[in-house]
Amino acid sequence: MHLGVSESMRECEYSQISTRNSTPMETPYKKKTPKRRKWESFPGRNKFYCNGRLMMAKQTGVFYLTLVLIIVTCGLFFTFDCPFLALELTPVIPVIGGVLFMFVLGTLLRTSFSDPGVLPRATPDEAADLERQIDVANGSTGYRPPPRTKEVVINGQTVKLKYCFTCKIFRPPRASHCSLCDNCVERFDHHCPWVGNCVGRRNYRFFYMFILSLSFLTIFIFSFVITHIILRSHRSGFLKALKDSPASVLEVVVCFFSVWSIVGLSGFHTYLISSNQTTNEDIKGSWSSKRGKDNYNPYSHGNIFTNCCAALCGPLPPSLIDRRGFIQSGMPQLAPPTNGITMYGATQSQQSHMCDQDQCIQSTKFVLQAAATPLLQQSSDPVILTASTENGGPLPGRTSLNLGGPCTSLPLGQPTPPTSTPSLSCHEASDILPIHGHSHAHNHGHTLQEPMAHHHFLTPEEVPSPPGMLPCGSPMGHSHTMQAGFYNPASQDSLHEDSVRGLVKLSSV
Amino acid sequence: MAETHSLQDLQQPTASSKVFVQRDYGSGTISKFHTKFPSELEPRIDKQQFEETIQTLNNLYAEAEKLGGKSYLEGCLACITAYTIFLCMETHYEKVLKKIARYIKDQNEKIYAPRGLLLTDPIERGLRVVEITIFEERSIGSGR
Repeated sequence: MHLGVSESMRECEYSQISTRNSTPMETPYKKKTPKRRKWESFPGRNKFYCNGRLMMAKQTGVFYLTLVLIIVTCGLFFTFDCPFLALELTPVIPVIGGVLFMFVLGTLLRTSFSDPGVLPRATPDEAADLERQIDVANGSTGYRPPPRTKEVVINGQTVKLKYCFTCKIFRPPRASHCSLCDNCVERFDHHCPWVGNCVGRRNYRFFYMFILSLSFLTIFIFSFVITHIILRSHRSGFLKALKDSPASVLEVVVCFFSVWSIVGLSGFHTYLISSNQTTNEDIKGSWSSKRGKDNYNPYSHGNIFTNCCAALCGPLPPSLIDRRGFIQSGMPQLAPPTNGITMYGATQSQQSHMCDQDQCIQSTKFVLQAAATPLLQQSSDPVILTASTENGGPLPGRTSLNLGGPCTSLPLGQPTPPTSTPSLSCHEASDILPIHGHSHAHNHGHTLQEPMAHHHFLTPEEVPSPPGMLPCGSPMGHSHTMQAGFYNPASQDSLHEDSVRGLVKLSSV
Repeated sequence: MAETHSLQDLQQPTASSKVFVQRDYGSGTISKFHTKFPSELEPRIDKQQFEETIQTLNNLYAEAEKLGGKSYLEGCLACITAYTIFLCMETHYEKVLKKIARYIKDQNEKIYAPRGLLLTDPIERGLRVVEITIFEERSIGSGR
């Protein structure tokens, strides 16, 4: 940086040097680091494959089980039962079976690998602006602010929009924050471990087609395997038939247990689609007439046909998170210093990417983040803090607690909504309990309880401070000693409130 | 050093602040933004002009998300072809998003940039806000 002294001479020398080095770039010190794609520093807890084209949840073990079950059962069917059936009955059977199998697999992969409708987290500027607005609305700064909600009237129904502390946004109606994936998802239905992803606005139709086609496939295989055994028994006796075709027994067992659960689930989701509700809303009874005479679903289009068409054939919105876009980073000399948005996206997420899974640091980060957010106006510093720091923080701990617990227990720290448990048992959705639960009770519990868990009966629960974390000394303290930037004193108090809340949470464990 | 700084001053745009126009959920989950005129823009631009821009954006988003024969047909066709059809063609929504991007660029060039404002396409903010950057003029050569 000593170039500027006698700039005419030096500039000439400098430019000579740069042309000799002759990189195709405009300036020699531009972009030393390779360009990274946005998925590489995505703040949520998702896994990406094929350079950002595919995205899944973090825990995908059950998804592989689903795949194995489907492929093995169908494989056995085509190998052992189809030859007999094709000869004895009609060759159309394996053809239909094949088509169904391909459809099931296609919809499963589409559900599992697509973006469910994740809402990107707020940029620091947006978050600061929202904080200012909330402060203005609250007025007093000396007291703990009330839970952050905004009321909105939609088609005559009052809907409360909740503020997501992780994503720093007011969640749109019907959106919910998935604690497993640590993302807000639009029109959040539930997190399905069987497909290894959340089910939300963008993949609900694929999920529905998956369970519907899987129901048909299961019934198809079940009935034709039974037919096969019966036809064989006519020829050579029941026991010999079983001995000749042992795979059929396995297929029957798998199909028998699956058919109840999957057909039940399909029926439930058919009901949900026709009434334009999410699993969330149904379990909570948000639009149930039991809540009040005037309570109705403001999102319903009025008739079953329109609701079904809208859910299944309506326009498919594109992904909002731009996974494969490049991060615009590392150009402080050329980019305006106040263009903090994209640079924050780079620097903050890079930092959070580097510091993942360290719960202690995460919790401290959260606390300090609340105090330091206004300082983020400085773009040139690698700032850890922002909306996207709660990366992998609380949930590993919380998840493990859930998995260990009984099916009906909710995640730690969240009160059981009084209406939800009875509604679970007496609802037609009760099939779901044994279904998802028959081999993975805890996962199932999670599946259904995720929607409830995200309904934030306590707003502090949104504060992602995990149980069992101890406040550590701040290793990132140094990151706050950045150049004093422009910061807004008006938002300091609410942020201090946040930090106090965070500390209280930490110490309460 | 001083020379370098003034060069940088010339290269860099000036200090800015941002105004956010939030989503209007009064009609449900469709993409729609509040048309209320933010007070920070008062000295810079006409209220009517601004409202017209936002209203046009709202109309374009409504067009993208419209439920009707055309969108159903597209959905059914996509389903039948196992969504492989989207390898060849864009969805209606994507087409309208491109239209919106062109409109915003056009508005920026014609109306907002001359007034020291910049509209950011809402899709870059996850369709949460319309972000308007207000550039303040700083005199050149006034660097450190």
